[in-house]
Amino acid sequence: MAAVDGLQFQEFDDAENLLVANRDATTISIGDPNEKPTNQRRSLGNSPREEDDDLLGNADSDKTELLAGQRKSAAFWTFEYYQKFFDVDTYQVLDRIKGSVLPLPGKNFVRLYIRSNPDLYGPFWICATLVFAIAISGNISNFLVHLGQPQYHYMPEFRKVTIAATAIYSYAWLVPLALWGFLMWRNSKVMNIVSYSFLEIVCVYGYSLFIYIPAAILWIIPIEWVRWITILVAMCLSGSVLVITFWPAVRDDHRKIAIATISAIIILHALLAVGCKAYFFDAPQIEVPGLSGSIASGNGTVTAVKTH
Amino acid sequence: MAEADEASKPLFAGLSDVSISEDIPVEGEITVPVGSPSHDDEYSTLDEPVKETILRDLKAVGKKFGHVMYPKKSTTLLRDWDLWGPLLLCVTLALMLQGGSADSKEDGGPQFAEVFVIIWFGSVIITLNSKLLGGTISFFQSLCVLGYCILPLTVAMIVCRLVLLGGTGTASFIVRFIVVVASFGWSTFASTAFLADSQSPNRKALVVYPVFLFYFVISWMILTFSPSHSDGATDTGP
Repeated sequence: MAAVDGLQFQEFDDAENLLVANRDATTISIGDPNEKPTNQRRSLGNSPREEDDDLLGNADSDKTELLAGQRKSAAFWTFEYYQKFFDVDTYQVLDRIKGSVLPLPGKNFVRLYIRSNPDLYGPFWICATLVFAIAISGNISNFLVHLGQPQYHYMPEFRKVTIAATAIYSYAWLVPLALWGFLMWRNSKVMNIVSYSFLEIVCVYGYSLFIYIPAAILWIIPIEWVRWITILVAMCLSGSVLVITFWPAVRDDHRKIAIATISAIIILHALLAVGCKAYFFDAPQIEVPGLSGSIASGNGTVTAVKTH
Repeated sequence: MAEADEASKPLFAGLSDVSISEDIPVEGEITVPVGSPSHDDEYSTLDEPVKETILRDLKAVGKKFGHVMYPKKSTTLLRDWDLWGPLLLCVTLALMLQGGSADSKEDGGPQFAEVFVIIWFGSVIITLNSKLLGGTISFFQSLCVLGYCILPLTVAMIVCRLVLLGGTGTASFIVRFIVVVASFGWSTFASTAFLADSQSPNRKALVVYPVFLFYFVISWMILTFSPSHSDGATDTGP
């Protein structure tokens, strides 16, 4: 039998102590991933891209890489395959919603909240709630706008629900598909540090639509400037979450392409909001001033992003 | 190692000449059932009069209605699921919610098919959601519970129609609003009482929320129902 001494457990020093001896040595710290790796990098003097580590979420990449490999893979025609996209608890969903509404300057939504566990629960039910919120709020708002007019007969206008559903679900699925395809294509040309999987992009877009639910409820108020301010605030919040998420993915590309991609994301986001407002909510005035107002607001948002 | 082999040898070697009848007394009969069970032992439901069959099913449906109206944690609804009750309720609700005929230039209320599809499609989606989140309830059990818990909303619809016969003023709107809100709360509470046990406590809210949304949409359809023969707008007054 083998010698017993060799089986004794050896205590290894902390990474910092080992690095003191040999600066170039590679050490792996498997401990509290939030603290040790960043200390390691700071001690190595890697400061210029420090804030990018938080952005890229490299602080806990060890843990997420380990956990990602443990998930069992089932074939796509079995039920278990889809069950792994619903592997979230209540507090996780609430955290992700909170993260989509409050953009923190240094934190990347995908790395911080999703962490290789993209779920389809959030995007699906947020889109469903948004569809009904827009349809119901539109109905109430039209009723309030035309209140007192004797020739107006109240109609539930049920067909608009189908149109709302089509518009919102296509936005939530086709735009991530296009964006993912575009990012994959650019990845083959230019080596990017960060690449997202399709489901992560769907997840980000789905959760970013959450802000429009309270916005849709606020659109019931039939005052035009209230509605425009609501759109602007909602767009700034969720648009900035999207920008913060996708900026690391296109940053290493040519300047023009990066700017064009980010602008396209923002413009599409704005178009969805303004389109829903224009179609479902009768303006107290005629439609034309609303349209020119929408173009101005879209341009204003794009220039606001550029100056940042 | 060698001892283990020797110990096992007499164990297996003696199998060939084991005769059960000498060592262990065995009693009993072994018969193979041939054909269908005899009519003396089982009452075949094919032979009973049709009225009894229908009445038995109706009684089961009625018993489940009672369970929904007084929801306590019983497993009867889950154990003996049937889809007759949900079908009955869904058809009744869809018939009553049917919007006016297509003579108006704008689209009116939901048509029969729309309500029917919403109820069944919504129930299927909620059931799939519950199963994907790891619930232990079976597909049809969940459909059964969701369908039966529409009963309070159907009752509210009947009440609303009766109230609308008396006029469409503010008072009738307030009465309808209260009735619909009460029955919405009742439906959600009843279905949660049956469905919540099948989930782990971390995900209860994730399962209950779609049920809430589903009944909310149906309540909205009930509340905004306006009969097509009303002349003029709803005069809510100053």
